[in-house]
Amino acid sequence: MALRTPLYENHRKAGARLVEFAGWDMPVQYEGLLAEHEAVRTRVGLFDVSHMGEVVFRGPRALEALNRLFTNDLARCADGQAQYGCLCREDGGIVDDVVVYRRSAEDLLVCVNASNRAKDFAWLADHATGGGVEVRDESDAWAQLALQGPLAAQLLQRLTNANLSALRSYRFAQGEVAGVPCLVARTGYTGEDGMELFCPPDQAAHVWGELVDAGQHEKLALCGLGARDSLRLEMAYRLYGADMDEGTTPLEAGLGWVVKLDKGDFVGRDALLRQREQGIARKLVGFVLTEPGIARHGYPVLQDGRQVGAVTSGTKSPSLGTSIGLAYLPPALAAEGSTFAVEIRGRPAAARAVKTPFYTRP
Amino acid sequence: MNFPDDLRYTREHEWARRKGKNVVVGITEFAQDQLGDVVYLELPDVGDAVKKGDAFGVVESTKAVSELFAPISGKVVEVNDPLSDAPETVNEDPYEEGWMVVIEPSDPAEVDALMDAKAYQAFLDEQE
Repeated sequence: MALRTPLYENHRKAGARLVEFAGWDMPVQYEGLLAEHEAVRTRVGLFDVSHMGEVVFRGPRALEALNRLFTNDLARCADGQAQYGCLCREDGGIVDDVVVYRRSAEDLLVCVNASNRAKDFAWLADHATGGGVEVRDESDAWAQLALQGPLAAQLLQRLTNANLSALRSYRFAQGEVAGVPCLVARTGYTGEDGMELFCPPDQAAHVWGELVDAGQHEKLALCGLGARDSLRLEMAYRLYGADMDEGTTPLEAGLGWVVKLDKGDFVGRDALLRQREQGIARKLVGFVLTEPGIARHGYPVLQDGRQVGAVTSGTKSPSLGTSIGLAYLPPALAAEGSTFAVEIRGRPAAARAVKTPFYTRP
Repeated sequence: MNFPDDLRYTREHEWARRKGKNVVVGITEFAQDQLGDVVYLELPDVGDAVKKGDAFGVVESTKAVSELFAPISGKVVEVNDPLSDAPETVNEDPYEEGWMVVIEPSDPAEVDALMDAKAYQAFLDEQE
């Protein structure tokens, strides 16, 4: 049987459609993906993301140990700041993409993808060498809610003692939300302003209920994984398992900006350095279809009738109304304005490479 | 859910309604609800031949791609072109404005062989 978050009953009672995702029974939608998507872009939406995993590094050498397993540079991350980056294998393949919350140099929380929770924990624990650090899987100790949208801060401020006006993007604070101690982080996966709340599972339903009640004022929408996916894709945020996996590197996935080759040694550095010098053979590229159709994961990308790549994510953008997607393509086709075709059910549909994000806030 | 008595239904969740000598075809309320927000349709052209049980088009929602299966054999005589600009009509009004094609049946008796509303409801209950 699939795992259930502490909010499972809330979702069921709210009429959510539940699907199994990464071993969890998760709401894919409530009233409908398009309405939920629009709510996040224009007002505020509430997501249960308790399926995400949390691995904690603690000890006098916690920062050093984690930094050796992480492509970004935690030495350049302040206490109370979060940082996005990848965990890589020796050959540069991506084990996972994660957000690290640096509470202090001796206490860091790694938020990992639900689908990779067990793998990541095993990998981190195995590779955190040298002593002076304890690595723990604390996933069961945390529920996680994402409150996202332009009105998220206004709503949350009525329920929390954390000063949100002083909380910048990718910063977090310890505070109470509806009386419950939470880690309140100005992070998210939608491209909107918003917060992610880490709280004890047995109090998640209380926090959820208070947010829903208070959110009536902002016409808050309950949102499922469907809207989470369309929102992230409009921002060209990568999705592990779709846009990247252990067979792709951060450089190929367009995540070179979170690879700090100059920070000192880390697992995967040699391979990534070599790849940067030799050049990549394929690159994740954003495109729009200029003919009718919707590109989906796995569809071939053609040029002159020959397959040159494959779509990793695609949808009809709810905000833009156009058909958008990401695909691995030879670097020669990555430049903005390059044209190619996506094969949809045996027929080519014309496509053009575009700058990402696809959507920018008005 | 609403399954009008004057329609016939398939196991693939299409409906068929007699209109003079022709038959109007769409997808059921159950189908649109399962799909979620419909965002794209691929429908045949007027004049295309369709064969009972064969795919004659595609309906895509925000998350899923699903084929449309012809409830009867015949020739397409009308296509609901406005749907291409307003695919959400399929969600909003699956039995009226959200119709997809009109088929001139090659064997009118094929319509009567489809499930009536009661049988379709029973079929859905079985699937639960």
